[in-house]
Amino acid sequence: MGFKRVSRRRFVGGTAALSSALVAAPFVRGAYAAGKISVGFWDHWVPNANGATEKLIHEWAEKEKVEVQIDFITSQGNKLLLTTAAEAQAKSGHDILAMNTFLPARYAEQLVPVNAEMEKLIADNGKVNATVEYLGKVGGNWLAIPATIGSQIKGPCSRIDYMKEYAGIDVQKMYPAGAEPQDKDWTLDTFLKAAEACHKGGHPFGIGLGTTSDNVDTIGAIFHSFGAVLVDAKGEIVVKNDQVRQALDWYKKLMAFLPADVAAWDDASNNKFLVSGQASMIMNPPSAWAVAKRDAPKVAEQCWTHPFPAGPKGRFGPFLPFFWGVWNFSKNVPAAKSLLMYLSQASSAEKMVEASGGYDLPSFEKLTKFKVWAEAEPPKGTLFSYPDPYHTQTLSIAAAPAPHKIAEQIYNLGLQTQMAVRYFKGEALEKTLDWASGELEGYMRN
Amino acid sequence: MADIAAPNATVLAAGRRSGLHKLMQRKSMIAFLMALPLILLIAILVIYPAGYAIYLAMLNKSMSKFVGFGTFEFILKRQAFWDVIYQSCLFAISAVIFKAFIGFIVAHFVHNIPTKGQRKWRGMLLVPWVIPPAMSTLAWLWLFDPSYSAFNWIFAHLGINSIPWLGEAGWARFCVILVNIWAGAPFFMIMYLAALKSVPDQLHEAAAIDGATWLQKIWYVNLPMMRNIIAITALFSLIVTFANFDIVRVLTNGGPLTATQIFATWSFKVGIESGDIPQGAAVSLFMAPILAIAAAFILRNISKRGSEV
Repeated sequence: MGFKRVSRRRFVGGTAALSSALVAAPFVRGAYAAGKISVGFWDHWVPNANGATEKLIHEWAEKEKVEVQIDFITSQGNKLLLTTAAEAQAKSGHDILAMNTFLPARYAEQLVPVNAEMEKLIADNGKVNATVEYLGKVGGNWLAIPATIGSQIKGPCSRIDYMKEYAGIDVQKMYPAGAEPQDKDWTLDTFLKAAEACHKGGHPFGIGLGTTSDNVDTIGAIFHSFGAVLVDAKGEIVVKNDQVRQALDWYKKLMAFLPADVAAWDDASNNKFLVSGQASMIMNPPSAWAVAKRDAPKVAEQCWTHPFPAGPKGRFGPFLPFFWGVWNFSKNVPAAKSLLMYLSQASSAEKMVEASGGYDLPSFEKLTKFKVWAEAEPPKGTLFSYPDPYHTQTLSIAAAPAPHKIAEQIYNLGLQTQMAVRYFKGEALEKTLDWASGELEGYMRN
Repeated sequence: MADIAAPNATVLAAGRRSGLHKLMQRKSMIAFLMALPLILLIAILVIYPAGYAIYLAMLNKSMSKFVGFGTFEFILKRQAFWDVIYQSCLFAISAVIFKAFIGFIVAHFVHNIPTKGQRKWRGMLLVPWVIPPAMSTLAWLWLFDPSYSAFNWIFAHLGINSIPWLGEAGWARFCVILVNIWAGAPFFMIMYLAALKSVPDQLHEAAAIDGATWLQKIWYVNLPMMRNIIAITALFSLIVTFANFDIVRVLTNGGPLTATQIFATWSFKVGIESGDIPQGAAVSLFMAPILAIAAAFILRNISKRGSEV
């Protein structure tokens, strides 16, 4: 009895066809899909935004005959973070859990890979940016699916009137709604001059230098614009380089034009600074504008969200993605994956973005031109450039490309903002670099 | 060789019964049984988590390998951790001293208020202690807010320069200590008030006949009578203040930079936020030896005083 030889080409072809068929096929309730899953999603800041997600989940559940329990977990007081840590320790909890930025990498060994699902989504919705890939794909495996809900770019939200009056910059002309950006002069030098002019005009830029996310995201993007890396992709400490020195020098100049207390700012401080009418610019997703629309309409009428200024190494904007991960202790992985595929379709993403008033941002290339961003007002077109529809900036995250376990600490301990504040307060530059180097050595612990 | 008769089984059983009966009649046994539910509760809610924290602190960062005291050695080499020790000691010791001092003075004032109006004063003075600290600290945050401080608003109207309450390390430390004193002083006040009420009037009368001034009465009569309560209250408060989390978390989140990080907030920062649970556990466990030394000193003095009486 002879065996038919299978060539390598035939084997690869057959496997690929089988994978595609499995991914493309609708979820069928089988022996492994017991009919019940629980999901823990991020509780949205925007009122009623959860409603759209809930509706989509119920639609899917009805179609697939799966019973779903939905929990919206707030990130206030780190509740979502604590829930994630508790479930990881207990190896029990939701089947699907929302995780932000570095968490998929932190829990890499406890998440079910979603390679086939991501392949299909990328084929349908376009590429994901390099930051999503850096955060969501570890060791060649996609660990989680980038979520529309909660993902955001923290770009500049400028006051049209103050920028025109004090800095002579027409932000609407620079980033027109519905047309290509005219931003070749929008550089870090221009930014610095504008910061000085607005400071003199009594309406400084509101850029925090505390250790919370908003502050770290901004400095992270500026560091990338200078090519300033603290730890390289191999995990080598390279903090003592000229790009880092340039970035710190630039920040020292900027800090002279910022409010005196920025080292104590948290994620709410910049929002308050804008809504109170004091700021010429803050770095935030449109939530601050949305609050202004409700509480200070005159301020909202003057807000315009747009990309970052370009530095010597290019234009970088901070992107903070949320992910949906499936725990490996889930008892219903096929159903969980099926639900995530349903929620990641273009039509589902658009409904979520609409419900969030344009706050949520899908990570896929083809999903950045929904009409909600073009139509948001006042003023009309204020959010058009928020999703970076012309892909003029490289979406980045602070501390990349360091290995995740190191980058996570650089990010969460606010190392870059700490360096900037130390240097600004009079510490010698080399001493600041020595201090940072010592801290980084501590982060190398395995 | 004389035979030794084996004891009768019935006699033995009766003996056992009477032994158990005697045991059950012992006061200490009854006390133990009555305390047993609480002991079990403490075992589940305190001893198990403490043991688990010790276990976690002895793992490597990825929690895959037992490293013994490696994590403790590691944190002791970090400057950031020594800053946390300094800040925790500064925060706890200065707050407890001021709470004790203010509580002592206010207790004397309240004690001298006529009985009729005393109750409402006691109630009002307890309010800061009764409000959940996370909520009251939010109110303080608005008073100290970096950009919209109510205090600075008043200063601006008086032509005084504004103060960077939470923006400068020194001021930020002052603010977290102040809020802790505000929230904790009423506890000292009520404890001292109870102690004052137990000081026999005859002692004051005798001191008055001897011509003692009010200060001498406090120094030579009240203070010696209150010494044990002062020590116990200080120890209790020291433990609670060292382990404080909410005030610092809400008011400064450990900033500016890391100027107000204390054990609990730093433990949360490195353990939960930055994904190094063993290090977070090791940081939090460091409170134990420091408090043990403090407790040994304070309790040793109490036993000395006890033997003096």
